[in-house]
Amino acid sequence: MKMNKAYVLGASATLSLGLVAASIAATGVGDKPTITPKAMADALHLVMDSDRAVYTRKIVNRLVKKDKVIKASEHFEDDKALVLPAQMFRFGAEMVAKRAEDMPEVDFSYSLQSLWPINKQNAPKTDAEKTGLKFVAENKGKNYYTEETLGGKKYFTAVYADTAVAPVCVSCYNDHKDTPKRDFKLGDVMGGVVIRIPVKG
Amino acid sequence: MERDDKRLFMPGPLTDGHHQLADKCDLCHQQAFGGKELLQEACWNCHKDEHKKPFDSHPKTKFSDPRNADTLEHINALYCVSCHVEHQPEIANKDGLTQPEDFCVFCHEDIGKERVTHEGMDFMSCKDSGCHNFHNNRDIYTDFLLKHVHEPDILDKPQLPQLDLAGAMEEVMEYPHDRYPLKKLDEPAADAPAGSKKSEVIMGDWLSTAHSASGVNCSACHMVASTESGTEQWQDHPGDSQCANCHQLEQERFGKGKHGMRLAAGLPAMTVSEARLPMNEESAHKTLTCLSCHGAHRFDTRTAAVEACLDCHVDEHSLAYTKSRHFQLWRDEVSGRSESGTGVSCASCHMPRIDFDINDWVSRLGADHNQSANLSPNSKMLRSSCLHCHGMGFSLDSLADTTLINKNFIGKSQVHVRSLELAEEDHRRAIEERKEAVTTE
Repeated sequence: MKMNKAYVLGASATLSLGLVAASIAATGVGDKPTITPKAMADALHLVMDSDRAVYTRKIVNRLVKKDKVIKASEHFEDDKALVLPAQMFRFGAEMVAKRAEDMPEVDFSYSLQSLWPINKQNAPKTDAEKTGLKFVAENKGKNYYTEETLGGKKYFTAVYADTAVAPVCVSCYNDHKDTPKRDFKLGDVMGGVVIRIPVKG
Repeated sequence: MERDDKRLFMPGPLTDGHHQLADKCDLCHQQAFGGKELLQEACWNCHKDEHKKPFDSHPKTKFSDPRNADTLEHINALYCVSCHVEHQPEIANKDGLTQPEDFCVFCHEDIGKERVTHEGMDFMSCKDSGCHNFHNNRDIYTDFLLKHVHEPDILDKPQLPQLDLAGAMEEVMEYPHDRYPLKKLDEPAADAPAGSKKSEVIMGDWLSTAHSASGVNCSACHMVASTESGTEQWQDHPGDSQCANCHQLEQERFGKGKHGMRLAAGLPAMTVSEARLPMNEESAHKTLTCLSCHGAHRFDTRTAAVEACLDCHVDEHSLAYTKSRHFQLWRDEVSGRSESGTGVSCASCHMPRIDFDINDWVSRLGADHNQSANLSPNSKMLRSSCLHCHGMGFSLDSLADTTLINKNFIGKSQVHVRSLELAEEDHRRAIEERKEAVTTE
């Protein structure tokens, strides 16, 4: 296990971090590697986690639980309902992957997984995912960082706990027909966000 | 053979889906040595819309995710041609699928353990009618089936949704409302210039249409803008592009189906003789454009919905239609004995009324002019057609019986699809689990 290893990049940086480069390319500063894969993953996760928390608390929980004006549903189109927070996250991940196809320098992926997945395709698959999801579930407040090789390509992989931030998270998950676990409580770690950034090596 | 015709170099015949494009190799093979990426781009140029709505549950991004890199060892799902090989029709099934029918096993081998209702099922049956569709696995799901359990064969109020293009146009900013306000026009209001071929028949036809009822004057179709100067000039025989000014959605969808794919590819319109299905020999010379089915001026959608189809199609299913209960209902509607939308024409099922997203904010109901879109797997017809009038169980069983389909649904299905029972079984399991969880607390 390679936890909390410092991935500081020097002049011979090998990381593909076009996301940052694209944003400040005009100055040329963005082409200089000044950020570690870990810091990049942490930053990405901060954005993902905050956006999702805002959607969950300010939209879903408020309108569904508090104001009771609309439902949130996995089958949101048929049910004319709000998209579930987890689906919002997944659709975002799919859109990022799609848009990044046209941006060769932007190369990262992320997914929402769980040791107790409702859709079994979202169970951890790689050794890093399995170890990482277990680690964040057992060590509240800590992240998991490692490297792994998939399909002949080396990745920096970070795993962050996915915590039940609102009552709707708990009630929806515990009540779902396909859940393998029905005793989650507010604040419990329900799964994890896995972020991958390719590195040379 | 024409000088530019490259058919001599074809490695094998094309499948039913692409055979009409045989004289335009470069539509797919954009460059002689373009490679897989360029070929994929060509697939996407024509088929990408099929992956927007409803959701594609197996999008490319699912497989480009590094965590699924191992799945690509079995089938490289990043490319359409991995499952849809061309020029080998002998190994392609009806969907153009060239992988073994049980290919789902590569990623879902544990489905029997994950879903007890699926225990012991043969992977050859995943694609059975009423079960799964690789490109839209979200169309039929357990909760959706549960909503339709115990429905009667024929619903209490069987009726298709009503089209209202004029109403939709009120929302379209680009429509020239000032020039053609949405109000009924009469004969004196017709703005065809003196000297044009205006006749009593043409006038009568126009006055009978939704065009005159919605303010669409003669000039709306006959004044054609020059592509160079942009200035408008009267034309006695405007082309399909004029129709697209207001019916863009219909024309785009027409171009996606077998009727219009040649026109969309920049080729001369399809002729009936080019079809691989049994066709009326007397219609062999006919071409497929908007006017082929709709006619000029009268634009009778009822004619387009049945007579136009039966002028050409003479397969067993088509020939049986006029003996079917669906046709009786259609006759009742056309004669005014029953309400609009209660008859069942060819178009009711094959050009169903779909709520299309025009953009992220606006959708409109339109007849899907891609008549190939809901044919395979045929359970795509459930939502778009069958369930407006029939219960789910009846529909599932009927669509699974190919003999019944050939007879145009005269009689009852001899096949039973277990999807509803499986959904109920799964529902009972979930209820028990929830009870158990409460007891444990």
